[in-house]
Amino acid sequence: MAAGGHKRIVKELSEVTGDPPAGTKVRLVDESDVHIWEILMDGPEQSPYSGGHFKLLLTLPKEYPFKPPVLNFQTKIYHPNVSNDDKGSMCLGMLRSDEWKPPNKLSAVLNYARNLLIEPNPDDAVEGGIAEQYKSDRRGFEKTAKEWVKKYAGKS
Amino acid sequence: MDSEDEVISVASSEEMMEDQDSDLSMGGDYSDVDLDVDDPDVGFETQDKDIKPKRRPYEVEFNIYGPADIQSHQDQQIDEVSAILGQPPEATAILLRHTRWNKERLIEIYMDKQDTLLEEAGLGKSLAKLPELKKVKGFVCEICCEDGPDLKTFSMKCGHRFCLDCYRQYLAQKIQEEGEAARIKCPGDGCNKIVDSKSLDLLVTEDLKDRYQVLLTRTYVDDKENLKWCPAPNCEYAVDCRVKQRDLNKTVPTVHCTCGHHFCFGCTLNDHQPAPCSLVKKWLKKCEDDSETANWISANTKECPKCHSTIEKNGGCNHMTCRKCKHEFCWMCMGVWSEHGTSWYNCNRFEEKSGSEARDAQAKSRQSLERYLHYYNRYANHEQSAKLDKDIYLKTEKKMTQLQSSSGMSWIEVQFLDAASQALQQCRQTLKWTYAFAYYLARNNLTEIFEDNQKDLELAVENLSEMFEKPTDQLSGLKVEMMDKTAYCTRRRIILLSDTAENLKNGGAHSLRLRPGSFD
Repeated sequence: MAAGGHKRIVKELSEVTGDPPAGTKVRLVDESDVHIWEILMDGPEQSPYSGGHFKLLLTLPKEYPFKPPVLNFQTKIYHPNVSNDDKGSMCLGMLRSDEWKPPNKLSAVLNYARNLLIEPNPDDAVEGGIAEQYKSDRRGFEKTAKEWVKKYAGKS
Repeated sequence: MDSEDEVISVASSEEMMEDQDSDLSMGGDYSDVDLDVDDPDVGFETQDKDIKPKRRPYEVEFNIYGPADIQSHQDQQIDEVSAILGQPPEATAILLRHTRWNKERLIEIYMDKQDTLLEEAGLGKSLAKLPELKKVKGFVCEICCEDGPDLKTFSMKCGHRFCLDCYRQYLAQKIQEEGEAARIKCPGDGCNKIVDSKSLDLLVTEDLKDRYQVLLTRTYVDDKENLKWCPAPNCEYAVDCRVKQRDLNKTVPTVHCTCGHHFCFGCTLNDHQPAPCSLVKKWLKKCEDDSETANWISANTKECPKCHSTIEKNGGCNHMTCRKCKHEFCWMCMGVWSEHGTSWYNCNRFEEKSGSEARDAQAKSRQSLERYLHYYNRYANHEQSAKLDKDIYLKTEKKMTQLQSSSGMSWIEVQFLDAASQALQQCRQTLKWTYAFAYYLARNNLTEIFEDNQKDLELAVENLSEMFEKPTDQLSGLKVEMMDKTAYCTRRRIILLSDTAENLKNGGAHSLRLRPGSFD
């Protein structure tokens, strides 16, 4: 079984590195371990994160693809769906084990994450306070988000 | 060994309770409760159904089911509905789970809009053909990316085909890791079709089948409003009780599991009669918030009112004698013990202070804290005392075993201690909650009756508790008296619970009333 999982991961990796989703770059943190991917994601232009460069870690559990991958923002980001702690975890929608289906692809995960930057989901938030602000004070939200981009997500 | 004793003792106290029932009007003849083992636990099921119901006002009707019963209940309902709908049992089972085992609603919806229902339940069209494994030319598994002409594959009617290994791994992940059973969906992206039991039979390996069955049974009990798992650790029984959620302000449905655990069907906490669930929840919240105050600590140690030595309570009894100055006082009210006696036991009552004092805002807040502490101290005291009573019993039990071998007393002859201990535990449990309950009660005539009942029970309990602390060599001589007191305690408890339950049930102006806002 593990071999099956490996075959799939290698295939996905070559697909994603050969033709990455818009605004993202993918590489292995350690060439010998296909289970940990480093993602560089540009803030989408139509979002307050525009101009920012975010580093993410995509970890594939050993049960992958029967269990969903784990996505962590290593760059701090002001977003209702990303935990504001040292983990920076994003865990909703297809990233949750009860919604994840084994045929789902990692390229779809990356697109999903990028779309969340464009359109956050305040109804399934991990940061309640930010979600509240996103709903009631969009300007204030965007202001802080942009400040954080400047502070944390500049060119490294 | 220990647990065996526990079971036996619980059973005997249960039976004793049964006896009390019929003896309620016959005065306190101790012989009535002399471990009438041969008065069988008749009738809850059979004979008594046609005669007058034997239940007391505070008791609710309930049944206990083991795993086999639960399984057969499911099968029975599946068969029944399967015949009505004309659907095979596997599909019927999915439909029943889909509508959370509400038969009437299922049949209604089925008659009304069959296609929508089947779609929603993940059954789709036509279920006639048996599921089978296939080898498909040119197939590449979307999950593991394997291919080859010899690859065994499977798909349900939805057509999402995967290799057998991946399908199995997927199901194993769901069943073993995520504890899912009744609502596992097709692994296909975005597909909501539920994996039916025939497909599961074909796919799931033997070692997972048991786990799958257990999980299915779990969801059955979780889905049914009238069923709840016994919360005791490792207990596998479920309780069937028809008390509705909306009636929980009027009744306190304590149920007794076969494993010996008593719990409230409404909130699954330990038995908390006579206080209703919502008050219990409020009370526990309140105690949690206030528990760190110095006042709480003061409930555990006190100073002798005469010589001010610090005293820690070491037994369940409230009659304290200071080691240092020999002053005798009551642990609850700190008054001189001789004033209490049997005729002047008045320390369960909290006298409301006059209105003029209450006008002062500061005095008011002190008053309300004082009022709370009055009830809290008594609540905590009974909880603590119950523990201490049990400790003493465990010590006594050891000594009694020694006595048994040295004096030739038989095992059955020392059982009165067991009965007394059980009664003390149960009565203190009840008393504890009467204080939480009383905290929320508004003052009227019925509150006084309630407090009288509380006082009577408390006095009886303290009497029995005091005898419990006597040295072991005196205990055998106190046997008759202790049995008498045990019976009396049990009877007082029944009276208190019955009165309060009737009052709660009736509601209206002539009943116990809660202080404003208590049920919010």
